[in-house]
Amino acid sequence: MLNAEKRKTIYLLNPVVLILIGYVLYPSISTLIESFKQNGAFSIGNYTDFFGPKAAANLEALWHSVYISILSVLLSALIGVPLAYIFNRYDFPGRQFFSNIAIMPIVLPSLVGVMAFMFLYGEVGLVPNAIKDLLNLSKVPFQIGGVSGILIVHAYTMYPYFYMTASSALNNIDPSLEEAAYNLGSSKFKVFWRVTFPLLTPGLVAASLLVFMVSMASFSAPFLLAGGYRVLSLQIYFSKMNGDLEMAATQSVILSMVSIGFLLFMRWYQSRKDYRMASKGIGAHRSEVNNPVLKVVMVTLGIITMIILLLPHATLLILSLVPEGAWTWQTYPQAFSFENFRLLFEDPNIWDPVRNSLIMTTLACIGVFTFGMITSYALVKRSFIGKNLLDILVMIPWALPATVVGMNMILAFNKPSVFSFGEVLVGTFWILPLAYFIRFIPLVVRSTNAVLEQMDDSLEEAAQNLGAKWFYTFRRIVVPIILPGVLSGTLLAFVQAVGEFPTSVLLYTLDNRPISIEIMNQLRMFNIGQAAAFGMIQVGLIAIVMFISYRFFGVKSENTL
Amino acid sequence: MSTVNLSEITKQFGDVTAVKGLDLVINEGEFFTFLGPSGCGKTTTLRMIAGFYFPTIGKVKFNDRDMTSVSPEKRNTGMVFQNYALFPHMTVFENIAFGLKVRKLKKHVVKQKVEDVLKKVRLEQFIDRQVSQLSGGQQQRVALARALVIEPDILLLDEPLSNLDARLRDEMRTEILRLQREYDITTIYVTHDQVEALTMSDRIAVFNVGECQQVGTPTEIYNQPVNDFVAEFIGETNILPVEKDKEEGPNFIYKSNDLNESIHVNNSDENIASYEDDNQLYMSVRPEAVKVDEKPMEGINVFSGTVESVQFTGESVHTFVNINENATIKATELNRGPSTYLIEGAEVYAYLPESQVRIIPESKGDV
Repeated sequence: MLNAEKRKTIYLLNPVVLILIGYVLYPSISTLIESFKQNGAFSIGNYTDFFGPKAAANLEALWHSVYISILSVLLSALIGVPLAYIFNRYDFPGRQFFSNIAIMPIVLPSLVGVMAFMFLYGEVGLVPNAIKDLLNLSKVPFQIGGVSGILIVHAYTMYPYFYMTASSALNNIDPSLEEAAYNLGSSKFKVFWRVTFPLLTPGLVAASLLVFMVSMASFSAPFLLAGGYRVLSLQIYFSKMNGDLEMAATQSVILSMVSIGFLLFMRWYQSRKDYRMASKGIGAHRSEVNNPVLKVVMVTLGIITMIILLLPHATLLILSLVPEGAWTWQTYPQAFSFENFRLLFEDPNIWDPVRNSLIMTTLACIGVFTFGMITSYALVKRSFIGKNLLDILVMIPWALPATVVGMNMILAFNKPSVFSFGEVLVGTFWILPLAYFIRFIPLVVRSTNAVLEQMDDSLEEAAQNLGAKWFYTFRRIVVPIILPGVLSGTLLAFVQAVGEFPTSVLLYTLDNRPISIEIMNQLRMFNIGQAAAFGMIQVGLIAIVMFISYRFFGVKSENTL
Repeated sequence: MSTVNLSEITKQFGDVTAVKGLDLVINEGEFFTFLGPSGCGKTTTLRMIAGFYFPTIGKVKFNDRDMTSVSPEKRNTGMVFQNYALFPHMTVFENIAFGLKVRKLKKHVVKQKVEDVLKKVRLEQFIDRQVSQLSGGQQQRVALARALVIEPDILLLDEPLSNLDARLRDEMRTEILRLQREYDITTIYVTHDQVEALTMSDRIAVFNVGECQQVGTPTEIYNQPVNDFVAEFIGETNILPVEKDKEEGPNFIYKSNDLNESIHVNNSDENIASYEDDNQLYMSVRPEAVKVDEKPMEGINVFSGTVESVQFTGESVHTFVNINENATIKATELNRGPSTYLIEGAEVYAYLPESQVRIIPESKGDV
């Protein structure tokens, strides 16, 4: 006999499973099938081509991706961990302010960030040219581009992962553990090496895996900076643009394998018994810096870090004030005005992308909000067979590189299917919001899971005991309690969707082109000012949403990573 | 108000049997306690009454209504959870009003009822507080008020005092009893604390490994335990294995190998529990019944030994008398000043009154 509880579970699971199968599993399988086709017939030819001598470029791109990812992990860790240690363990004037600035790279969408770096440190970059002019050099002292450019952008955008995990781990270490080590006669260095560092490792390993996955998937940086350097995520795009869908599918499958392998490894690693702090109510313990020289050093370090971190934002702002035609062959921009922002409200061609982005992002956010909440509830609070499988299915879009998600969508919905109600979705408005929705489900599920796991089952039982039916309990008890978690996930989804580029570039049409695509178009036309103005709008939208969610819902942006 | 009738209840979780063949009738208006160590099935039984679990076998009835598979929200029970389960995003008023709003009462009725119940638990002035701003004892009262305000047929309390400190626990015990009498409501109380059980209950059911060992009033449970588990779990006792020897006048005589002596016991139901011939038997005697003296005593059930240690607890003094290497007897006396304390190593005599010794079988199912 099915009891009431089981019936409810089934009602809940039906839509969840249906959507996950239709929009996550089915597209992935479509790509897998496509990768085994050559000229419409079954063949493993694509794979022999990939690994064989016929297309050495592919294998080379795979190794390049791995190489860049490993270096990105090392660089991000080298910046993020010491910064976290200094900002969390030493107290000096302005500490709080500097540590808030430290997460600024998050508000910079990837494409915009790369663009800012290009105009800061690239061949026409403001910094190398300024140094050249100041020192009267005959040519620029340095410029970024190719591998070095990609790495620097990666380090800038990915070090917050290390910074934040290390910070939270450091704050969770019970001070009495270190004190106990001192008490037993350890030196300062030994305490760090034998007590503090081992306690940080679980977090650092998780951050490393994350950064590795993110840089394997990274698209915008190579897209703008790579030059002739091949990486796998970019190869997929080129194959698709050349019309070789079968090869693009094969490349997608191989990149997915790497990513999903990492996802499974990460799940395994995090499920191992780790040594969490048992003690509660840990106060911050920072050593106050009293030595005046050291104090000056610390503050200077803070200020320099701040300048480096905010330079891209500042550059973006400056560039956005450069009207069309005011910066062509000259070293520096020649005029500044609000022309680019004014055009936004006057020229429908310039306003359209902003409107598109807003509509599509809002649609996707409503989707992930609702669906993420229900899925998370089913995963955390209900027991059923195949839960682990569902959990992995939910997380797959998070592990899949954006380019792969784009390819999956193309291959699944370039023909009618039940899941698209018999319509061809590719080339329509709906394909992009759907892609955003799929990509950002895991963000909401993850942050909601964290809150739901904290929520005691007895709260629901109490409501039920007092006579409330399931839906009433869900609405009045569960939702209000988990809302901060759901919102912070949705906030992160919004931030990422507004700046989304890799999936958009594969799926956009003229009518639904989002801001990122228009930035690319403006860059191609060398209209740097307008591109930067669009970038500023993305940053502005992100800042507004972050502010609103902090002010009215108490959602902190730090919690969203 | 309802009676609760559990018949032949068995609950299995996978291979584990949490409750086995339980038969209980809880009367109207009774304060009934489930007592036992953790994992004994008492909370599982409570949750089956509340409806959070359904029994694998057996029936749950309130009065004559079969509730076995009725869902929790339709049972009209009021439950107080171990961690109170107050809704953290609501005020005291909203928490208590929750059950009334679900019942779609009019606004002013809800307000009136909440105010009344808050007066009863003496928290009127906290009506608009967030629950997180309350102390443990106050949260406890809110949880009680929330359960009582819906006028439940049965009040269920799941170890409600286990999160409070000792002094507050005393206070809340009286408080809960007062409210229970005032509302005259059938109450089932789960605890592992024997003092709580003995002081509050009309009747107690002692649980161990999924089985109910004994049901009775507090005095019955304490004075006439049915087996060694009950005797040892409730209060302190001296327990020694014995074998039946013979009848002699008004007494039965049992032989203790540890003491290497005979023990005389009055032949009455108060002193001899029912047992089967093949049961392992024990004699149990409470420390406060044992008389210890330095002066030699004559007669039966007197054993000589040396004082091993003396524990002073304030109100009473425990004396441990070593009879031989196998047997140490504990005696407890109220504190009557330093002159009455025995000295460690002193030669003493211990007397186990034959009217106070109880013969009990070994409990079944005990591993």
